[in-house]
Amino acid sequence: MKQLALGNEAVARGLFEAGCRVVSSYPGTPSTEITEYAAKYAEIGCEWAVNEKVAAEVAVAAAVAGARAFTGMKHVGLNVAADPLFTASYIGVNAGLVIAVADDPGMHSSQNEQDSRHYAMAAKLPMLEPADSSECKEFTKIAFELSERFDTPVLLRLSTRVSHSRSAAEWDEPSRPELRPYEKNAAKHVMMPAMARVRHASVENRMIELGDYCETTPLNTLIWGSERKVGVIAAGIAYQTAREAFGPQASYLKLGMVYPLPVDDIRKLAAEVEEVWVIEELDDFIETHCKKHGVKVRGKADLSPLGEYTPAQLRAAWLGSESAAPARRSTPNRPPVLCPGCPHRGTFAVLNKLKLTVMGDIGCYTLGAAPPLGSMDFCLCMGASVSGLHGFLKARPEAASKTVAVIGDSTFMHSGMTGLLNIVYNQTPATVLILDNSITGMTGHQQNPVTGLTLQNRPAPVLNLAALCRAIGVGRVTEADPQDMKALEKTLREELNAPEPSVIVVRRPCALLKSVPKKPPLTVDAAKCKNCGACMRLGCPAISKGEKAVCIDAPLCVGCGLCAGVCAFGAICGEVIC
Amino acid sequence: MKTYNILIAGVGGQGSLLASKLLGQLFIRRGFDVKVNEVHGMSQRGGSVITTVRAARRVDSPLIADGECGLLIALEQLEALRWVHTLAPDGKLVASTQKIAPMPVITGAVQYPSVAETLPGLWVDALQLALDAGSPRAANVVMLGAAARFLEFDDNEWIQAIAESLPPKAAEINIAAFLSGRQLFREPD
Repeated sequence: MKQLALGNEAVARGLFEAGCRVVSSYPGTPSTEITEYAAKYAEIGCEWAVNEKVAAEVAVAAAVAGARAFTGMKHVGLNVAADPLFTASYIGVNAGLVIAVADDPGMHSSQNEQDSRHYAMAAKLPMLEPADSSECKEFTKIAFELSERFDTPVLLRLSTRVSHSRSAAEWDEPSRPELRPYEKNAAKHVMMPAMARVRHASVENRMIELGDYCETTPLNTLIWGSERKVGVIAAGIAYQTAREAFGPQASYLKLGMVYPLPVDDIRKLAAEVEEVWVIEELDDFIETHCKKHGVKVRGKADLSPLGEYTPAQLRAAWLGSESAAPARRSTPNRPPVLCPGCPHRGTFAVLNKLKLTVMGDIGCYTLGAAPPLGSMDFCLCMGASVSGLHGFLKARPEAASKTVAVIGDSTFMHSGMTGLLNIVYNQTPATVLILDNSITGMTGHQQNPVTGLTLQNRPAPVLNLAALCRAIGVGRVTEADPQDMKALEKTLREELNAPEPSVIVVRRPCALLKSVPKKPPLTVDAAKCKNCGACMRLGCPAISKGEKAVCIDAPLCVGCGLCAGVCAFGAICGEVIC
Repeated sequence: MKTYNILIAGVGGQGSLLASKLLGQLFIRRGFDVKVNEVHGMSQRGGSVITTVRAARRVDSPLIADGECGLLIALEQLEALRWVHTLAPDGKLVASTQKIAPMPVITGAVQYPSVAETLPGLWVDALQLALDAGSPRAANVVMLGAAARFLEFDDNEWIQAIAESLPPKAAEINIAAFLSGRQLFREPD
């Protein structure tokens, strides 16, 4: 029976049907749900790793040990895992190894929109790219077969619109391949110069074999249209957009394997049609390949390297057709905001009040950069708040009493710990705030080492962040509650003026956690409210300005009371009677 | 087989994900090819969120081109205004009268525009009906009920889909919410 499956759910089903035994990942939109769905199959040993590098290394070694293994991550996660990726290419596999990377054209939830296909070329690894949920499942299974056949890790490239779209897919019976025997083989598994030189030659031979395979693979299909004017080359979601734009009249070379790329099929298409159009979001990866082989194509000269494509955009670029749709109305923007009751709000209100320079990081709290809190000066990548603070202070030592780093609990364990050790070792009097909300928030509530629970909600040792910081040499470690803004401000002032590294663990659980009780909404006493705007500066979406007094939107308010704490006139209270 | 292009617009946290998933399930059971596009991640934190449901004999892109949306279900007034340009000339708007001020309005940078008074469509006090049904969180399903007159499913199909998608207690509230929206615009027999 056909199911309506999310792309990521279908990848997980593919893992199950392929008999994958080990899955290790770090959450990252739009890849997260693959591992969450995979964890629903008891046959798969699934876990959250502390970062993508660790996850990839776990998966590589599991495959070498003889189990089919998988790791999934977002595009920027592959940067973190790039180190093992390039050398895993030399080691190859024993049982199959599949690495999913989910790109985010349009940056729905990311800090850049890099094109991960370049990794396939750079690491000399085959890459498949499904275009819907059905292909997500099938390609995952094929990826394991190719991995074992060619002794190589295989990359599975996804994108936001494939990962987060539901479409029809059919479930098949799972296979359960035996563990493959493990044999000690230092020449293949220990990468040092003498061995790696030999393995590099194997990798180059493998690329030649994969080049032959991609010429005949059924993953790539030529679809002849009713006319022979235009031939489109596309893969993944870009194929769907192109098919929507140009319909069944055009001919298509639909690529399921995006690295290595075929030459014969491209020439065959070019020979039959008047013009070849390459449609690919982000970089000119396929176009460059065509040009290298002397095939004349139209591509990025007419299309943007930025963001996602829409059918209308493609039609306008190449058919010259203007959209008849009415113009978009002018409306106030609605940027994402910290939720009502968010524990980060108190922290950022204090940082804003003290007018500090804030080195930020990746998580919900990045939203502290937006007005009216506006308390972030720098955000680069996971962990860079801590190392960035050190760099900032190396350049401007006098800024130590006015500059902090903020980093979430999960992000700190991902890659903030090393930066903190670097601060201790190289001795800047830096002040780091670890915002511990007891969950990995932005990606939709994943467990991590501070929550004391595993991916399957089984008990795990609870990491004590304060003890960890002390153990790596931070002399001053304090804890604070962001709800108590006065106490947090006092602690911050003390630590900013301390002549040595300090850490403040700012702890309060995410307001969206089921374990956090919701209180009745607060109300405003219009007679007492002076409409001064002090509560509005908290940037709470439940508070808006009325004509004479502020209003609290009852369905949104969770009764956290932060606004009542900043009101100098006692105008906000929790009792309906006031 | 008809072609449906449905866009659900709302604010992160309003439940457009559940609404689009329910619609997708109803269509696939009727033998349609279906694509549903969801939004996860940062935009869900109180941002403007749209999900799309497309059903036809064959669906390629999960996205709906501007001017080709047949049914816009808006869970909030400003979001109705933001996405009304996507409607086809004969497209229908079903919108909730709920207002959620976005941050530029809260900070006073801009004013919340008047929408329900100026935009033709079926307007529904979905929040009140959801509260009456037992939970403000069921406003999304009230809206599905209100929009159901433009779709081809009978009440039993809806109720079954809701019952299968939610735990028993939530299902009970949401079925009540659906029916209260459904009875608003039931065509006279």
